[in-house]
Order: sequence, then C-alpha cells, then structure tokens
Amino acid sequence: MSESSQSQPATLVVRGLGKTYSGRGEPVEAIQRLDFTVNAGELVCIVGPSGAGKTTLLRCLAGLLAPTVGDVTLSGTVITEPPAGLAVVLQEYGRSLFPWLTVAENIELPLQEKRVPAGRRKQLVQDAIEAVSLQGDEDKYPWQLSGGMQQRVAIARAVAYEPQVLLMDEPFAAVDAQTRFELEDLVRMLWERLGVTVVFVTHDIDEAIYLGQRVLVLSGRPTVLLEDVRVDLGVQRNQLNTRADAEFARLRTHVYELIQAAKRGARSVEEARLTH
Amino acid sequence: MTTSALRTIAARGRAHRGRGMLRRTLLVLALPILLIGLWWFGSANSTNYLNPPLATIVSEFWPTWFGGDSLGQSRFVQDVIPSFLRIVAGYAIALVIGIAVGVLIGASKRLRSTLEPVIEFFRSIPPPVLVPIFMLFMGIGDGMKIAVIALGCVWPILLNTVEGVRGLDPVLRDTARSYRFTPVGTLRRLILPGASPHIVTGARQALSIGIILMVISEMFAAQDGLGFSIVQFQRSFAIPQMWGGVILLGVLGVAFALVFRVVSGAILKWYYGYLHTQRGGA
Amino acid sequence: MTLGLRARTGVSDTPGWVFGVAGLLVFAVILELVPRLGMVDARYLPPVSDMLGSLARIAAGGGFWVGLGETVLTWGIGLGIALIAGVGCGVLLGMVPWLREFTASTIEFLRPVPSVALIPVAVLLLGTGMMSTLLLVVYASFWQVLMQVMAGVQNLDPVAADTARSYRFRTVTRVRTLIWPTTLPFAMTGMRLAASVALILTVTGELLISGDGIGGALALARESGAVAPMYAYVIVAGVLGVLVNLLARLIEQRTLSWHPSIRSEVNA
Repeated sequence: MSESSQSQPATLVVRGLGKTYSGRGEPVEAIQRLDFTVNAGELVCIVGPSGAGKTTLLRCLAGLLAPTVGDVTLSGTVITEPPAGLAVVLQEYGRSLFPWLTVAENIELPLQEKRVPAGRRKQLVQDAIEAVSLQGDEDKYPWQLSGGMQQRVAIARAVAYEPQVLLMDEPFAAVDAQTRFELEDLVRMLWERLGVTVVFVTHDIDEAIYLGQRVLVLSGRPTVLLEDVRVDLGVQRNQLNTRADAEFARLRTHVYELIQAAKRGARSVEEARLTH
Repeated sequence: MTTSALRTIAARGRAHRGRGMLRRTLLVLALPILLIGLWWFGSANSTNYLNPPLATIVSEFWPTWFGGDSLGQSRFVQDVIPSFLRIVAGYAIALVIGIAVGVLIGASKRLRSTLEPVIEFFRSIPPPVLVPIFMLFMGIGDGMKIAVIALGCVWPILLNTVEGVRGLDPVLRDTARSYRFTPVGTLRRLILPGASPHIVTGARQALSIGIILMVISEMFAAQDGLGFSIVQFQRSFAIPQMWGGVILLGVLGVAFALVFRVVSGAILKWYYGYLHTQRGGA
Repeated sequence: MTLGLRARTGVSDTPGWVFGVAGLLVFAVILELVPRLGMVDARYLPPVSDMLGSLARIAAGGGFWVGLGETVLTWGIGLGIALIAGVGCGVLLGMVPWLREFTASTIEFLRPVPSVALIPVAVLLLGTGMMSTLLLVVYASFWQVLMQVMAGVQNLDPVAADTARSYRFRTVTRVRTLIWPTTLPFAMTGMRLAASVALILTVTGELLISGDGIGGALALARESGAVAPMYAYVIVAGVLGVLVNLLARLIEQRTLSWHPSIRSEVNA
C-alpha cells in the first residue's frame, strides 16, 4: 500500500467525558469522567474490568454516541457525529459485514459512499485484501468464512478507507488463540506501515501490553481512568520474545493488579494498594 | 483393490447416477400424468354436461382463446391481456407504495406506534369487500380494478417492510453510520437489501391476494377480462369453455408464482446461503 | 451539555398505545371532516358518524347477528377442515420421503392455482349454498397449513430422530413424542396464515356466490344503493379480521410459549 496516499494522522483529545444512560427507570452512570489524549500516530490500548464502559467510551470516540458531559475532539474539531477519516472495527465483526455483499464488495462499499473514483477504489480494495492476506476469498460471502477471516475482512475494510484514526472494539474477543496472535501481529504491522492513530479496546491484559505504546487502565463503573501505563517494549515486537520479556511480565503483573483492584471497586492508583 | 474392480465400481456409480436422473424424472411426471390420465379416460364417455370429456375441453381450448378473425380479436388479447396488465399495474403500485411507506414507518418508532392500529385495521379488512366500495368512486373500469388490487396487495408488503426495517441489525446501522453513508446510500445499500427477505415474504403473500382480487373484480363487475370470461361461460353453460378458462387461470397463477420464484431467488441468493450457514449447515 | 453536542432527548416515557389511540382518533376525524367539508362526495364516502350510526341501526336488528354467525361458521368449519387435512397430509408427506417426492410436482403446480378459479366449478357442482364457499375456503387455507407442517416434520432434529430409531420407537410413539412436538409450532404458524386467508375467501364466497353472511349483506347493500350500510359492513369485516388475527396470534403464542424459538414463517 502506498504510504503517500495516507492522510495525516490525527490527535484525539478526550476532555471531561461522562456518559449517563437515562432510559426508563434509574439513570445509569456508565462513565463518570475521563480525560486523556491519544497523540497522532500513537497506538493506545484501553483495558478495564468487564462492564467498565469500554464499549460506551469507544462509541463516544467514534461519534456513534453523544456523551452526556464533556467532549471528544479529533484534530481540534468536536465530534458530534462519525467524523470523516475515522474507521471503526466493531466487536461483533460478523454482524458488521453486509451479508448480501461479497468480501470485495464489503471493502469497497464505504469507498463508494466516500465517492472515491472507480479505478482508485479497485486499487485500494486490492491492496487491503493483500494486506490482510485474503487473496482468493474476494468473491466469497462473509458468512462463508471463519470468524478470524471475517475479522480480517472488517479490518481490511477499515484499512482501505484510509482513516487517520482507527478504533477497534475488542475485535479479537471471539476468535481462537492462534488466530488471535496472527491478527495482533497484523494490527501492529498495519499500524507501523500506515502510521495511523489506533485506539484498541480489549479486556485481555496481555493483548493490551503486546500491542500498545500506552495502556489506559479503566476503573469499574462508573468509569474513571485508573492509570495511564507506558509500555517500553520497543517498536519491533514478536509473539515469542516480547511475551517472554521481563518488562512484559512486570507490566502484566502491574496491570493485572490494577484490574483486580478495579474489580474490588478501587477508583484510583492510591486506592489500588499495589504490592510493588 | 485391482484396477478392474475400481473400474467396475466407477461404472456402477455412473449407472446409479443415470438411474437417479431417470427416477427423478419419473417421480416428477408420474402423478401429474396419472391424474390427467384418470381425468381423460374417466371423463371420456361422460354425458354429464357439467363434467365434459377432457378431450372436448382441450379441443375447445384453442378456438375459444385464440380463435376469431385475427389474433387481435381473440379472447386471449381481448380478455387475458387486460387482466394481466391490471394485476401487473396494481401489483407494481402496491410494491412501490408498500416499500416506500414501510421504510418510512419502519424507521420511526413513534410513527410506528401511531399508525399501527390504523394499519392493523386496514390490513385485516378482507380485501374483496373493497370491490363494491371502489365501484362507488371509480365505476367498473380499469382504474377501479387496479386500485382494488393495489390496495389489497399493499398491506402485506408494507407490514413486512416495516418488520424488515425494524429488524435490521443495529451493528450494520452503526457500521453504515461510522462510514458516513449518505441518506440515499443508507437506503439503497443498507435498508433495502437488509429488509429484502421480509419484503419478498410480503410480496409473495401480496401476489396471491392480487390474483384473487383481479379475478373477483372482473367477476363482480366488468366487460372484459379472464374472470369475466369464465363467469360468462358458466352463466351461458358453455362448460368446456369454462373449464378451459379455469385451467388458463390456474396456469396464469402458476406462471406468476414461477416468475416470482426466479426473481426472488436471484434477489435473495445471499440470504439462502446465509441462512444455511446460520443453521450450522456449512 | 456542552460545545454543540446534539442534545439526545431521553426516551420518552409515553407508552406506545397512547400514540396508537391518537392515530386512530386522528384518522377518524379526517374521515369525518373530508366528506363534511365537501372534499369528497358524501354520497360515496359518508362521514364516519354516519357509518357508525348505520352500524348501530344494523346491529340492533337480528338479521345482522345471523349474518355474522353465518360468516363465522363458514370460516370456522373451513379452517377446521383445512387444519385437519393439512396436518394429516403434512405429517404423512413429511414422514414418507418417496410419497413426498411423488407428490412434489403436483403440489407445486396446484398450490399457486388461485382458489377463486374454482368459483364457477363450485357453483356448477355444489350450487350456490355454503358448500361452494367452503370449497374455496378449504382449498385456499389447506396449502398454508400443509406447507408449514411439511417443513416442520422435515425440520426434525436429526439427533433426536436417530435416537428414536436406535431405540426402535414404534411409529405411533415416534409421531407422539418426536414429530408432533416439533411440528406443532409450524402447524400453528400455518393456522395463523390460514386463518386470515380463510376469512378472505369466506367473504369472497358470500359476496360472489351465496349472498349469505357479511359479504352477502354488503352485496345487498350495494345493490340497493345504501352507501352508509356498505361502509358499516366493511367496518364489521375489518373488525372481524382484527379479531381473527389477534385470536390466531394468541393461540400461536400460547402453543409456542414452551418452545425455545418463536418461529417466523418458512419461506416456502
């Protein structure tokens, strides 16, 4: 994929964001207050105990959900609806693919809506398919593919869209461990190559550390930021050595303890009373 | 295992497949041939004028429908073609209105709960009672028949479209939103294809209602049309001709069903495959 | 709420039926005003109040209830016959593969034959009484039940079927413990579809053949040019239709309540 075609990566700023669901009955405060910045070209992972409002946060970042207070800005512009130059890979990857379109058509559709000229469109689709190693499956329907392959299609669709920001919501939660490692490396590879800003939400601590330059650890509901953890594992990572690294193990223990504390209701690092 | 043994097995397999084809063809044709044969020979010497020999019905068929000074004067052109055009026009109107209104109503929860009882009432009215009502306004011309067919067909299409739009996967909606689909794009590439299985179900129900209404409106009040011809034959006791008309009407129904199946099969090709894998078939 | 975020109005607490009642009222008011304001000739579309007044006068007479009874009776008998025949044939064809293959082409041909094509035949052979209407009703609703039941029997869980075979269940036991529970929801869906089809054909038969029941009363009102009563009968037919639908859906849900999945109709 040609690097020059990629638009400039963008900074994502979250300021005082809170979200309270007010349906019938008691209002539910999902996110109390979050402030953080994802710099242009960064890969940031977000982890938290289950029910920590991770998906709510991601939907706010994507412009799919309006926050109750605070705001999200992308390159200085407040997000009120899904912004241009932002692509999302949703948790329910299988359901996010259009079952009446083939793999190639699924990848091409957002480009048609974006009014990319036909010739360039074909090129982008072809590049994206190669990038995620889906050659030969272009004309299949998504439901003819395995879960891991479907997730590749969803990723290819996001990549072909040439986003400045890529949001991923627990994208590998439902694929087997083997496929998961492959897909993690795929995400690292694409991020390095395309230079996009990536926000990756997961409940898997190892995955967050392996992928991210920073890991944002969230508290339980109503969510606040527990800690913004730097991950100094270098740029070149691989499943074997990186996961065996002493620093990886240290970070893993640290984040694990944070999450355990969060489950017990800790709402700051001080409250978490870490053992080291 | 020797080569010759393998060859024998292969040959047996071919023979088996050949027999399978033959068996299937026989199965498809056996009962129809049997039934037609029974009718043919059973009625051969019938003197009961209500139950004329099938041979007579068949021999009267061509002169009845295609006879006349020219093809343009034949009953086929004078009666069958108008019936055909009426149902096609009424059905097409119902499709357009049903899908358009169905998409609108399906998209808005409030609109849906407001209109639901009214729609529920209208779709529950047995459509044949519309014929006398529409005659008040429109007389007995083509307009009345097309309107009756359209109004009778519109409800199953509309209701199923609403159901289809409402049942769209929210994840797909989010996907379309996050990729900034235009409203037209959302309609054309998300809502219509997503609701198409339901729309087709409604359209299938509507088709049989449409044929019923075409015939009834022509039997009730008309100067031409297939339904009119059949009733005319019956009243003038032209029994073989009447039977021919009944058969022709049956064939028309079968032909419509066949065309429908081909078209819907093409539209829903993805859906049948999708269903199959959802049920753990693949 | 800050910085131009689109205000997301909380889900309104007003229950849906309030809107529904409002919709009905608005619709009635429109129907009342359109002829009163002269937008449509009141000779063709009388105001709703006239229709309802006429309905009240009709309902006060005994003849109306007799007619209504005739319609319901024809509908019920026709649907009953179609149900019994449809379930019987459906289970048989579903269980015996060669019989299914043998009849498939004939069924595929007969099913789309419009039932109204039988009207002249029925009139000649059965006369203009209730029997002719019944023939139409049974013919039209039979296919709905048959197709659903056949699909149901074939939908049998293969594991359960194998279990039954390995335990050498007798045919009666197989039908009772295996086929019937699987088929019941399908039969009920067929019943629901058949119920409204049966009503359509009942009214058709009354309108065109027998002159009995609601359909016959409507035809009579038309011939005597009594427009408001015509609409009154249409309203009665509509209410009858609503009741039939509600009843059918209620029965279907009752039967399916124990079932893991409420089935949608098969795309046959």
